[in-house]
Amino acid sequence: MAIIEQDTTNPGFKWIGTRPIRPDGYEKVTGKARFGADMMLPGQLEGAVLRSPHAHARIVSIDTSEAETMPGVKAIVTGADFPDLAEAGAGAADLDLAVNVIARDKVLYEGHVVAAVAADTRKQAQAAIKAIKVNYEVLPHVLTVDEAMASDAPILHPGTRTKNVEPAPEADSNVISRVVQQLGDLDAGFAAADVVVERTFTTKPVHQGYIEPHAAVADAMPNGRVHVWCSSQGHFAMRTMTATVLGCDPTRIKVTPAEIGGGFGGKLSIYLEPLAGRLSQKSGRPVRIVMNRDEVFKGTGPASGTKITVKIGATNDGKLTACQSWLGYEAGAFAGSPVGAATMTMIAPYQFENLLLEGYDVVVNKPKVAAYRAPGAPMAAFAVESVIDEIAQKIGMDPIELRLKNASVEGSQAAYGPKFPKIGYVETLEAIKNHPNYQIPLGPNQGRGVASGFWFNAGMNSSATVHLNEDGNVTVIVGSPDIGGSRASMALMAAETFGIDVARVQPLVGDTETVGFNDVTGGSRTTLATGQAVTEACEKVKVDLMARAAKTWNCDVADVEWVDGQVQKLDGSEPPLSMAKLARGWGRTGGPVSATASLNARGVGSAFSTQVCDVEVDPETGIVRVLRYLTAQDAGRAIHPSYVEGQFQGGVVQGIGWALNEEYVHTAEGTMDNPSFLDYRIPVASDLPMIDTIIVEVPNPGHPWGVRGVGEVGIVPPLAAVANAVSNATGCRLTDLPMSPMRVLDALNQKSNGGNGH
Amino acid sequence: MSRTHVTCTINGDEVEFLCEDDTTLLNALRDEVGLTGSKEGCGTGDCGACSVIMDGALTCACLVFAPEAEGATVVTVEGIADGNKLHPLQQTFLEGAALQCGVCTPGFLVAAKALLDENPHPTETEVRYALAGNLCRCTGYDKIIRAVLAAADYNGSEG
Ligand code: FES
Ligand code: FES
Repeated sequence: MAIIEQDTTNPGFKWIGTRPIRPDGYEKVTGKARFGADMMLPGQLEGAVLRSPHAHARIVSIDTSEAETMPGVKAIVTGADFPDLAEAGAGAADLDLAVNVIARDKVLYEGHVVAAVAADTRKQAQAAIKAIKVNYEVLPHVLTVDEAMASDAPILHPGTRTKNVEPAPEADSNVISRVVQQLGDLDAGFAAADVVVERTFTTKPVHQGYIEPHAAVADAMPNGRVHVWCSSQGHFAMRTMTATVLGCDPTRIKVTPAEIGGGFGGKLSIYLEPLAGRLSQKSGRPVRIVMNRDEVFKGTGPASGTKITVKIGATNDGKLTACQSWLGYEAGAFAGSPVGAATMTMIAPYQFENLLLEGYDVVVNKPKVAAYRAPGAPMAAFAVESVIDEIAQKIGMDPIELRLKNASVEGSQAAYGPKFPKIGYVETLEAIKNHPNYQIPLGPNQGRGVASGFWFNAGMNSSATVHLNEDGNVTVIVGSPDIGGSRASMALMAAETFGIDVARVQPLVGDTETVGFNDVTGGSRTTLATGQAVTEACEKVKVDLMARAAKTWNCDVADVEWVDGQVQKLDGSEPPLSMAKLARGWGRTGGPVSATASLNARGVGSAFSTQVCDVEVDPETGIVRVLRYLTAQDAGRAIHPSYVEGQFQGGVVQGIGWALNEEYVHTAEGTMDNPSFLDYRIPVASDLPMIDTIIVEVPNPGHPWGVRGVGEVGIVPPLAAVANAVSNATGCRLTDLPMSPMRVLDALNQKSNGGNGH
Repeated sequence: MSRTHVTCTINGDEVEFLCEDDTTLLNALRDEVGLTGSKEGCGTGDCGACSVIMDGALTCACLVFAPEAEGATVVTVEGIADGNKLHPLQQTFLEGAALQCGVCTPGFLVAAKALLDENPHPTETEVRYALAGNLCRCTGYDKIIRAVLAAADYNGSEG
């Protein structure tokens, strides 16, 4: 089979850049891998969760007495079963976390948890939650930024005053805070422009859409210890958050990571873990709770709905002179939309000397938003990249040329603070420009769109432990959940460091008690930071083994060197000692060999992506079909190119779904109208072409292998790339997502009725 | 409560289990038979993560009541390999990195097997439409489609 290629793009590396079969793959193709819902413990009870049917309501009373007497019911919890963290002096984020897990006096969105039941069977648990009587006093609700910011809007959190506004406001507000990015002189910038384009864009909340619903199993011991199994993007974070909500020390809880069936940012927080934990404490039995898809839509995620105005000025020869933007981001029911990241990323590809970006974090009666791949960035890039495209049209310049003319490069000032170190934005633009896809002639009703995007990437804390085994092979233990093949990358980095066959490295993800602390798998940080920890731990093992060899040979350690998995004497006077030989002799040289590295990765390398999309728009139906798609992204260094490409492709297709089909649809009552995969339509195989990829490698100087992180930036450009292609195909500028057939038809009709698509 | 006794053939073995009348085949496979390879992504027939082949037809196990499987022959992801010899699809999925998180993989493998059993040499378009009932949120489908096409080639070369 020819689908494995050994890449030769990384001369000098033996393993990095190759595409071996991932070590955890066999379990996954045979159905043996254990995901969150697959756990089954002896005596395990099944849980079910009662959720609010209202978008906003006061809980007057909860009566569980009938449910308690039902067959099989072993425990019931309500908000009253959890500590009041306000009394304990907790901060706002912890208070929100706890109240989002289970409501106390008010429900703030449809799907907000009110109670949970554990029973012998799932059917009994479900019957019991139906028998819990909740008396609600329904309150008026707000669903959008505009509704929430209206002067007479009902207030979700009385007492909230908008932060970072002068003078300090005196009235309660649904606007939690304002963020600002400012540079130069805006008026002068617009005065220097020959063209100015200003438009307002809206996007709807979209769900991360991981195929595996949330699941958690908890088993509480009589001594207060709770063992939790769950699929998450960070079991250490699950431990901390679960402890916070249960009101205990984190180390009273052990979290064992299950395989995770997709996260994309949506599995960075807790939902079920404290419920299962408290039910297990009350019943003395292990409790499993698994969400159904309806609960996933209503109770978790989504990404913010937004309203964004962007105004950009440019000269006729293509210099961008000023950018002003107003961004309103829905946070859901609790503070914390990613509007800050939006303002920081939206114009990062360009060197603007004059700008003012103002963002607002706005609470609405929808589920609390969760991170979604480059959180906050895609919607803002949709707005900016659409306006840049329109400027290119207006001044008659190729959209890639316009971008090249203004591109951020090493040393240029990023609006969000730092000067860029070495970055690969220009390289992504040139890769697209020089690719044959960019030259293919288009037919009638077809159009081509270009867009770029930026994401910071993250470093943060990681630990890894490496054991030498008695046969000379190594075990690598990390604490970063593997969402998309990171164990394969860890094995490759270890193999490269030792100079041994990757098959001799067994990587695994340890629980919270077998490996040192690790931050979440998020921010595209795992291959970078955990990979660096693995590399450093391997280096420590090498140093130890060289010392052991020197001891064996009774020579100075300066007289030995490491070559391809073995220690050699520089003068060649002894046959080399392999890792296996050194392992066999470890009893004489100091015992078994292991090493741990723990670090805070500082050498973060930011990433850019540029993408080009070709579409065909059916003028009869308004259906947009993606004909071709090409993405070029700077990976820094591709450790396992197949999984790098997979990250690119997955991000692009999520972005295509965001652009064309996906949205939360709400009723006037504030309930979700499409909480199923039938009505919330994510892209399927027959909607799509192959997604062509170009891995750009501008190595990150801050990382031992040059890694930047690849998980997120790929989702930043597609919203605009598709919209720009639709504009190019139809002459209509669509500013509201998704570009559903009805919206496209409306725009076409408006244009043919003499309205101006632009 | 009275439970229904079901006898069927799963992955070549005669299997008996007890279930309630409204237990889905998916839950019976997972909870009663202990085969957790089939996944629930939606429970409404929209994601294909629960795909099984029942009496030769590709079926969403979440849409079938377990008692309907009485006397039926069911193939799940656990039954695709021949012992420890992987099916060509399993091999090409591994080699082609056609899985990221892997939770959709059992359903894709079963659906792709059903396709190749019927049509050993499908075109790319045929593969895309045959797998349109299976959702994958990680891969963008590119590598899945390539892996199925590669397995079809493998069929050809192996006779
Ligand atoms: S679980 Fe059966 S189709 Fe989704
Ligand atoms: S690999 Fe994750 S859903 Fe397909």
